[in-house]
Amino acid sequence: MSGKKALLTGAHFISGDIACAEGAITAGCRFFAGYPITPATEIAEHLSERMPEFGGIYIQMEDEIASIAAVIGASYAGLKAMTATSGPGFSLMQENIGLAVMTETPCVIVDIMRGGPSTGQPTMPGQQDVMQAKWGSHGDYAIIALAPSSVQEMFDLTIEAFNLAEIYRVPTLLMADEVIAHMWEKVEFPSAKEIKIVNRRKTKVSRENYMPFMPENDFVPPMACFGEGYHFHATGLTHDERGYPKTQSSEVQSKLVRRLCDKINNNADKIVKVQETMLDDAEIAVVAYGIVSRSALSAVRKAREKGIKAGLLRLVTLWPFPEEQVAKIAEQAKAIVVPEMNCGQMTREVERAAKETPVAFLSKLGEEPHTPMEIFEEIRRNV
Amino acid sequence: MVEELTHPFSKYLRSAMIPHIWCPGCGNGIVLNCFIHALDELQEDLDKLVVVSGIGCIGRTAGYVNTDSFHTTHGRAIAFATGVKLANPELDVVVISGDGDLFAIGGNHFIHAARRNIGIKVICANNFNYGMTGGQQGPTTPAEAYTTTTPYGNIEPSFNLVHLATASGATYVARWTTLHVRRLTQSIKRMMQKEGFCFIEVVSPCPEIFGRRNKMKTGLEMMEWFRRASVVENFSDPSKADITPERIVVGEFVNIEKISYEKLFHEKIAHINEQKVNW
Repeated sequence: MSGKKALLTGAHFISGDIACAEGAITAGCRFFAGYPITPATEIAEHLSERMPEFGGIYIQMEDEIASIAAVIGASYAGLKAMTATSGPGFSLMQENIGLAVMTETPCVIVDIMRGGPSTGQPTMPGQQDVMQAKWGSHGDYAIIALAPSSVQEMFDLTIEAFNLAEIYRVPTLLMADEVIAHMWEKVEFPSAKEIKIVNRRKTKVSRENYMPFMPENDFVPPMACFGEGYHFHATGLTHDERGYPKTQSSEVQSKLVRRLCDKINNNADKIVKVQETMLDDAEIAVVAYGIVSRSALSAVRKAREKGIKAGLLRLVTLWPFPEEQVAKIAEQAKAIVVPEMNCGQMTREVERAAKETPVAFLSKLGEEPHTPMEIFEEIRRNV
Repeated sequence: MVEELTHPFSKYLRSAMIPHIWCPGCGNGIVLNCFIHALDELQEDLDKLVVVSGIGCIGRTAGYVNTDSFHTTHGRAIAFATGVKLANPELDVVVISGDGDLFAIGGNHFIHAARRNIGIKVICANNFNYGMTGGQQGPTTPAEAYTTTTPYGNIEPSFNLVHLATASGATYVARWTTLHVRRLTQSIKRMMQKEGFCFIEVVSPCPEIFGRRNKMKTGLEMMEWFRRASVVENFSDPSKADITPERIVVGEFVNIEKISYEKLFHEKIAHINEQKVNW
């Protein structure tokens, strides 16, 4: 793989972390700042080799706080930028994820989830950070989070994450788990012209009239970058369309915070992706994501063999939550089964969207994801 | 017809952001004034200048200068500026922030940016306390000084910032007080023309918050302390430059040439890709 200053094409047998790194390069990412942490380190290692081949920057910062700060700086200087980490580092990044939200910085943050809380189980998978992805920084805001369930998707969804970050000027999170990150699978790399790449929505307004936070109809403001002569200001303080601090105005606070939420939530129909399998006549629907969704697929197939009308709704997008899609399956299903590697996080969102339909939560913590049989048994219990 | 008079330096300021938030007697305006004078004397291309600040009174500077500017979270100005400088080395990136922001919550970023020799320029207004939050003790508060959180006198030793910057690897290190406006302006000019990580400490009066608890109720009284105590000693030993009530050593401490991180990185990129083509 090394020594080729070219995007990968064709079939390759690689790990999820490497696929993610290659996806970033393909998406046009030319700045990576990070700090070593299991199980995300291989992303940094691979990019330390690949970035220079494309004239991009790799830097290992002094901690994760600095890493995300540098990523925001690089994005404002005009580069597509990314960092990658795991739970403890993701916690350290939270304050500056809020800064990226407030300053509407396109950037990608990869969190390879391991067992938590605290140092937890560094080499074991988990799905314990999915609510942190939504609520981790203080204040009210909305982000986008995606959950890959294969090595192929580590590549595809990394590109998608960069596209969404640029379209909506929002930090976009790739919430993968340790198994997906360390697993090796065959990946098909499409040729460059087959891949959709979204670049920055630059402002067309003159320097004199430019306002860095003046949104277009979709709530998203076009962006100027440092060094282009716009002389604009950006701040983590509540600000008006000019970017000037307005710390005493309830009107400005309300308008800004609502727009930051609306630009994601009101565009959810364009953002949300799910994969539906055998749901048409399903009486028992399984809702799952990440590595667990693969066991869930086997379980659903097994159930069908046994004459149980089961189906799978795989969440590709975690945030904004696929509310309509869950509500739709809840209308026809007798019960919904939600297996997760945590103590019950997305399951609460499913309960909220499912309304009257009973939701059975199947928790698993520790060394391995749910087995297909465990999920199958839960399906059978709910028939 | 009366001709409208504009300030000769109005192009450097965002007039809509003025008046500034600073108290009477504060030194931050002098720091900003010297910075603008230096830019003007250098005929700095404002399109290529990015001013970054953290949180605190002086942190509002980024909003006042009419350049590309960014007001980061508390302590993270240097880490943000690192990303900017590496992403576009053509930009002149200046961090203007305070002693608490740069050396307490942001201390780790300072020493590592200096160690790496990232080509950013850091100006620290040292007012000996956390002014914006009402005057708490910080990493530069002098021994025995009174603050809102050291009501019995400060027992923590303070950082000697120029010694810290030198030991961390900065290529240019200087200290001035807000009394030394011409020397400070010249020093900023020299710094702006250097490659690598540069640091200027400006000892700055905070009479409303710090001085009044320490027998210096007015800006003038604080400036009188600076006049009485400061000694110009260029290239003296920074390890012996602790600030005391009796003595504030000012001057340039370090002015060396060293290749910057971003230059090394881009040389490396060129070298790697040359090798790969030759294979």
